[in-house]
Amino acid sequence: MLLIYCPYCQVERAETEFACRGEAHIARPADPSQTTDEEWVEFLYMRDNTKGIAAERWRHIHGCGRFFNAVRDTVSDNFLKFYKAGEPKPDLEALAKEAGK
Amino acid sequence: MSQPFRTEKGGRIDRAEQLTFTFDGEEMQGHKGDTLASALLANGVHLVGRSFKYHRPRGILTAGSEEPNALVGVYRNGDQTPNLRATQVELYRGLEAVSQNRFPSLGFDIGAVNDLLSPLFPAGFYYKTFMWPHAFWDRVYEPIIRSAAGLGKPPKNPDHDFYGNIYAHCDVLVVGSGPTGLAAALAAAETGAKVMLVDEQAEFGGSLLSEAGASIDGKDPAEFVAETIAKLAAMDNVTLLPRTTAFGYFAHNYISLAERVTEHLPTPDPKLPRERLWQVRAKEVVIAAGAIERPMVFPENDRPGILLADAGRTYLNRYGVKVGHKVLVATACDSAWQAAFDLADHGVDVAAIVDMRETPPESLMSIAEARGIRVEAGCVVTGTLGRKRVKGALLGRMMTSGQVASGGQIDCDALLMSGGWTPTVSLYSQSRGKVVWDADKGAYVPGRSVQKERSAGGAKGLYGLQATLEDGYAAGEEAAKTATGKSAKVTYVSASGGEAGSGGILGALPHDRNASRVKAFVDYQNDVTAKDVKLAVREGMQSIEHIKRYTTTGMATDQGRLSNMNALEIASGALQKPMTDVGLTTFRQPYTPTTFGLFAGISRGDFFDPVRKTPSHDWVVENGGVFEDVSQWKRAWYFPKSGEDMHAAVARECKTARESVGLFDASTLGKIEIVGPDAAEFLERMYTNPWKKLAPGRCRYGLLLNDAGFITDDGVIGRLAEDRFHVTTTTGGAPSVFATMEDYLQTEWPDLDVWITSTTEQFAVAAVQGPKAREVIAPFIEGLDLSADAFPHMSVKEATFCGVPCRLFRISFTGELGFEINVPRRHGKMMWETLAKEIEKHNGTVYGTETMHVLRAEKGYIIVGQDTDGTVTPQDAGMTWAIGKKKFDFVGKRGLARPDLVADGRKQLVGLLTKDPKVKLEEGAQITTAEQPATGTPAEGHVTSSYYSPALDRTIALAIVKNGHALEGKTLYVPMPTGSIPVEVTGTVFYDKEGARINV
Ligand SMILES: [Zn+2]
Repeated sequence: MLLIYCPYCQVERAETEFACRGEAHIARPADPSQTTDEEWVEFLYMRDNTKGIAAERWRHIHGCGRFFNAVRDTVSDNFLKFYKAGEPKPDLEALAKEAGK
Repeated sequence: MSQPFRTEKGGRIDRAEQLTFTFDGEEMQGHKGDTLASALLANGVHLVGRSFKYHRPRGILTAGSEEPNALVGVYRNGDQTPNLRATQVELYRGLEAVSQNRFPSLGFDIGAVNDLLSPLFPAGFYYKTFMWPHAFWDRVYEPIIRSAAGLGKPPKNPDHDFYGNIYAHCDVLVVGSGPTGLAAALAAAETGAKVMLVDEQAEFGGSLLSEAGASIDGKDPAEFVAETIAKLAAMDNVTLLPRTTAFGYFAHNYISLAERVTEHLPTPDPKLPRERLWQVRAKEVVIAAGAIERPMVFPENDRPGILLADAGRTYLNRYGVKVGHKVLVATACDSAWQAAFDLADHGVDVAAIVDMRETPPESLMSIAEARGIRVEAGCVVTGTLGRKRVKGALLGRMMTSGQVASGGQIDCDALLMSGGWTPTVSLYSQSRGKVVWDADKGAYVPGRSVQKERSAGGAKGLYGLQATLEDGYAAGEEAAKTATGKSAKVTYVSASGGEAGSGGILGALPHDRNASRVKAFVDYQNDVTAKDVKLAVREGMQSIEHIKRYTTTGMATDQGRLSNMNALEIASGALQKPMTDVGLTTFRQPYTPTTFGLFAGISRGDFFDPVRKTPSHDWVVENGGVFEDVSQWKRAWYFPKSGEDMHAAVARECKTARESVGLFDASTLGKIEIVGPDAAEFLERMYTNPWKKLAPGRCRYGLLLNDAGFITDDGVIGRLAEDRFHVTTTTGGAPSVFATMEDYLQTEWPDLDVWITSTTEQFAVAAVQGPKAREVIAPFIEGLDLSADAFPHMSVKEATFCGVPCRLFRISFTGELGFEINVPRRHGKMMWETLAKEIEKHNGTVYGTETMHVLRAEKGYIIVGQDTDGTVTPQDAGMTWAIGKKKFDFVGKRGLARPDLVADGRKQLVGLLTKDPKVKLEEGAQITTAEQPATGTPAEGHVTSSYYSPALDRTIALAIVKNGHALEGKTLYVPMPTGSIPVEVTGTVFYDKEGARINV
């Protein structure tokens, strides 16, 4: 069971308090009517499914209820960073290098 | 003497306390401190079971949790727990054990004919035999295989034991309490770190408990154990858990432990759980799981009386039991010699030491000579004699050519064997570490640590008392320092004796027998022989993963801890590839078999899933209502009067509601309060409908899509004030709608000033529906003019009900005049009982969910999730009226414009009327254009709702049908096993099409 840090509560808690909500930093287009069909399908369905370092959305659903983001190595399950929703996407390559990947 | 194989003295058993137990009904004696296995051996019983496939007689092979043969059932309170390893079952007074997988008796087993028929059961037999003919599977193969193969019988009754659960955190978790684990725990504890020490055995000490002739700190090893445990027990920062198996190593140093709390007691305290699940988060882990001995793969290596050498030594030194009176020791390594020496020292006749090595170490040879033990060096066992007990062994002399020459026969009543040692890397492997081959040690050992753990001692292939102690201290110190940053001066103690020695062998041993006729077992529990592994390779299996599954080697409860290395070597030989190229299977959780009860814990019966009850629950029970489960809710389904079946009750409820009035508990509907300056804007973006112009005091039906454009939920939303909305959702959809709203609000539109709160549990809701609804509620409502002009359909106002504040909605899910009264939940019972009494005055009825379904279907109101399935758009459902055409955006708007969602040929919601008004369609039934469609014809759609409609006195149905909206008036078919049912496509509103009844 993963150990997850909530950047709002600022505590580490067991995975059972959280829900994973998939890939992070996929913004809903501000004016969807201006998107092509392909762009909309890309937004709806296409995900990287990364093997390795990936940014994910998590929600502290049985705690504060807030959404936040986390960078996780999907191979080892090690987390490299936790940050609040709205903060910019970190440099994943730099994080990977830092973690010795 | 009742225990003919008990030693005169020695061992850790309490000789003063004699315990009576039974095995297959036969009464025997043992001592406190015995396992069932050691007590059976003390009574001369080796034959304890029949093998899985061939039903061959099998005896006790090991003294630990890896035991493959001695699986027994133990009775308690009239129920049997099957498949317990006799080597782990602690003896208690009155213990009742039985053997398994034999009929009619252990001594004479009809299934043993399988052994003679073994050419019929080759490797891959499951795949080959059951391929053809298909029809034979159910009637022939499965019943025969199920009755012939297998282990113990599952208990028939529900588990009457209960199970505990506990969470724990520690700095250092030490798994295993042999020399390495004890030293590690002591070193870590002395730094002040919070330490947990666990061991699967009843007593701490591991191999130290069966060590003879060695000393630690000048003391007997067992004394060292006692002193160390006493020291640890006195420390506040140490938790000691014997009888506790670390069975699972999961992500982020999360380790699951199974503690057996009462199973070893003759009369357990009923307040204590049978087992306790510990869920431990450890900062650092020391894996001190030791190593286990490998069997030697020679023909007939499975006869009762053949044991691993170290097991023989354990039974002797720890339990005071001689495995035989005349014992042959077969080995290829030094450590087994010590077993022979210890036996000789207890006066046991050692028939010979048969060592495959041409020149065993001189030091050992001289000790053997001093004790007068015959040594056959450069020799191998090529077979054994006896059936229910080994009677002798065939010897072969190894020649330089690699051939084996017959070397005669030696009589014995027990045979101890050792092919060397295999480090126990299970937990390391579970932690996702990759083992590496160590050619010097001839073993796979842990490689790089992936999690915060280190293996120490035997678990990493390090042997010998002094070396393992030192490694343990170092590992404990290092783990504590890493976890806490603290260190302390740790006193290392030194040991003498207990040297490691060298040697070992892998794979099938050479022999001079007819290879096609002999069986040399690799995996005892699954009855896999060396021949099977070779056959698998001949039949094309290349990877060890395939060989494993084809032969089932390594798939028994020990996960191949005993067999993997031998199987690998045999496969490598057959594949003519180096062993390291053949691959290695991965050890998984659990380390040893773990009960379902442990995982279930208290989550059984009422605790399996929470039950949610509405405020009318007790009234419904008292008034004979029948419940149905809707997600976790208990909802009243229908209210049969005496003599009524469901059909009659529902018909009466429907009729009464339409003619006078009905009362329905709608408390389960999801409710969400949306508050804030941007509340209307938020709803505008979430729902398809427009909200900004909705006046306070008015309601609107809201349709919720996902961004793909498909309907996900619906419900009425009332505007209580400019900045406050009362949203209702479907019963089942409440949590997901709330989560979706939070998601959009927090992550897409954080600029909106809105709070959303789930209020499902805050309100009790009574729906009063029917022409007399106004008269029913009027006496109790204050502060509101209920007249049609002042409070028209789709209104909401705050008022009081019997003096209690309420939110009153004028809405209808029946097509009749209707009100829904929301009161604080604590007043729900009062409201329900008040209204239930009142409707009687109007010849009204209470009604349940079934009537609710019929009434809404008569009006063509959809149920999301029943009439929609996640691929239905508002257009498909004929609900384009619910879409705000002028809106800039809403969730799903862009999705609805996708080409596939506007294309021709979509399945659309329609009504269906059977040509015969009495025929009711099956929900889910497929719909076709042809009356008798050819096999393979795709369906045009399916029936989503189907009822008998009392208002129409005929059946009605809703369905989704390809291009359904264009088919109105056309005939389609619903082919059923009893014949094809013709149906006419209609609109979805069956009753009061103009909607006059609702606006009164
Ligand atoms: Zn939180």
